[in-house]
Amino acid sequence: MIELLEYTFFQNALLCTILIGVSCGLIGTYIVAKRMVFISGGITHASFGGLGLAYFLGLSPLFGAAVFALAAAFCILYLSDNKRFKEDSLIGIFWSAGMAIGVLFIYLTPGYAPNLLSYLFGNILTVTGEQVILSFLLCLVIVVFFAKFYRPLFYIAFDKEYSRTHFVALNGLEIGVTALIALCIVLCMKLAGIILVISYLTMPQAIAGMFHKNFTKQLVWATIISCVGSIIGLFASAALKLPSGATIVLCFLLIFIVCYLWKRKK
Amino acid sequence: MNELLELKGITAGYEQTVVLRDVNLTIREHDFIGIIGPNGGGKTTLLKVILGLLKPFSGEIVYHVTKQSLFGYLPQNSRFDSKFPISVKEVVLSGLMSEKGIFKGYTKADRERVDELLKTYGMEGFGDRPIGELSGGQMQRVFLCRAIISSPKILILDEPSTYVDANFENEFYAVLGELNKTMSIVMVSHDLGTICSYVKTIACVNGGLHYHESNLITPEQLKLYNCPIELISHGTVPHRVLLKHDGTIEN
Repeated sequence: MIELLEYTFFQNALLCTILIGVSCGLIGTYIVAKRMVFISGGITHASFGGLGLAYFLGLSPLFGAAVFALAAAFCILYLSDNKRFKEDSLIGIFWSAGMAIGVLFIYLTPGYAPNLLSYLFGNILTVTGEQVILSFLLCLVIVVFFAKFYRPLFYIAFDKEYSRTHFVALNGLEIGVTALIALCIVLCMKLAGIILVISYLTMPQAIAGMFHKNFTKQLVWATIISCVGSIIGLFASAALKLPSGATIVLCFLLIFIVCYLWKRKK
Repeated sequence: MNELLELKGITAGYEQTVVLRDVNLTIREHDFIGIIGPNGGGKTTLLKVILGLLKPFSGEIVYHVTKQSLFGYLPQNSRFDSKFPISVKEVVLSGLMSEKGIFKGYTKADRERVDELLKTYGMEGFGDRPIGELSGGQMQRVFLCRAIISSPKILILDEPSTYVDANFENEFYAVLGELNKTMSIVMVSHDLGTICSYVKTIACVNGGLHYHESNLITPEQLKLYNCPIELISHGTVPHRVLLKHDGTIEN
């Protein structure tokens, strides 16, 4: 298995796994604490629309997905904040409309769209050097953002009304974290695919949450679990010749079950 | 006394409904204003306008001091997620947000202030507990600590008597008296007894606002502004003096 590390494609995959693991560990802790898992699902599926449109126009699919993810994230948050629409209905609309747009444009694109399945279920082994650099940059921004702002970020998430009585610049912070959530989801799609992204944003956090009830510790432990779990999953998928995304998800599930049983026994 | 904040001709409400009309109110240093009025009369709306949570339809709010550490706020029922991963210490620490903004870090001295406050309010040893695991009364003490850690200029309390547990209630009002030496207090309450024994002035809110430069509630006041009549009909509101119709004082 060690000889795998000599291949560039595997080095890229490993690097990307770690970078995405760290990003999702941090972003996911915020998502889970703020109960935004369903919103994240909506953003993920909406981005498929951008992916399809980009295919049709001959642009980079990742770019299309990012534009749609950002648009969906801000629309859902802005429209539900205004209380004109119910949040879960909005999520449903973006979720299905995004997928519909994606399917339609891919159907309209002449020829076969070969990488499509990898966007649905992820394939980390096809990651390019350019994507590793993108992941590195995003991971860096997320780490710096959380290191600098994690306290106000979680304080505002805990009690927004109270924070507003303190006249803090919470809009800027919320715009920042919303953009990072959308971008993190898009990059994670390469690893886990649209359908499995949610597991990255929830399972390490659920495991960390079993042991720690404070956001500071959850941030650290979710990040560690996210990295360790996905590295184990990646090696297992390579060794057993299984799809990487699904193997990583099942690896998280296994850790979750073991931790749950261990915790219960205690 | 120095003025801290002034509401001038405020008309406010939600969407198409006007709840408050042409309200004027000045909050000065060392004030202890009790706000009374019937349900739906606009007490909470008034607090939201003061706190800057609700933008009024018209009128203006004049701040005579800086906004930093201006308000300490104890909400009526904190509608927070009880599963939110936050410890008691962090909740109290979040009361320093106004001072810290989003860029400044929290220091060891800040955390010591938290420990000290928790000790003062009988919550020593609870610092690392998740906030959701506390009882209602304990939570309220923690939220009071959060409200006062920044030594705000104005402490705003929304119906504190509805959640303070019986053991803490008397102590709680004594604490308010003590805090009033260093900060102004604005308290909404439907509990007339507590309002009268501690507050210095009274504002009756029912669509409009009527300010009284004393803490005596007169029957006229209650009738005139449609405050709930049963508040006086029992006649034995504790710890206070009621003015009779003809102006004489009766215990």
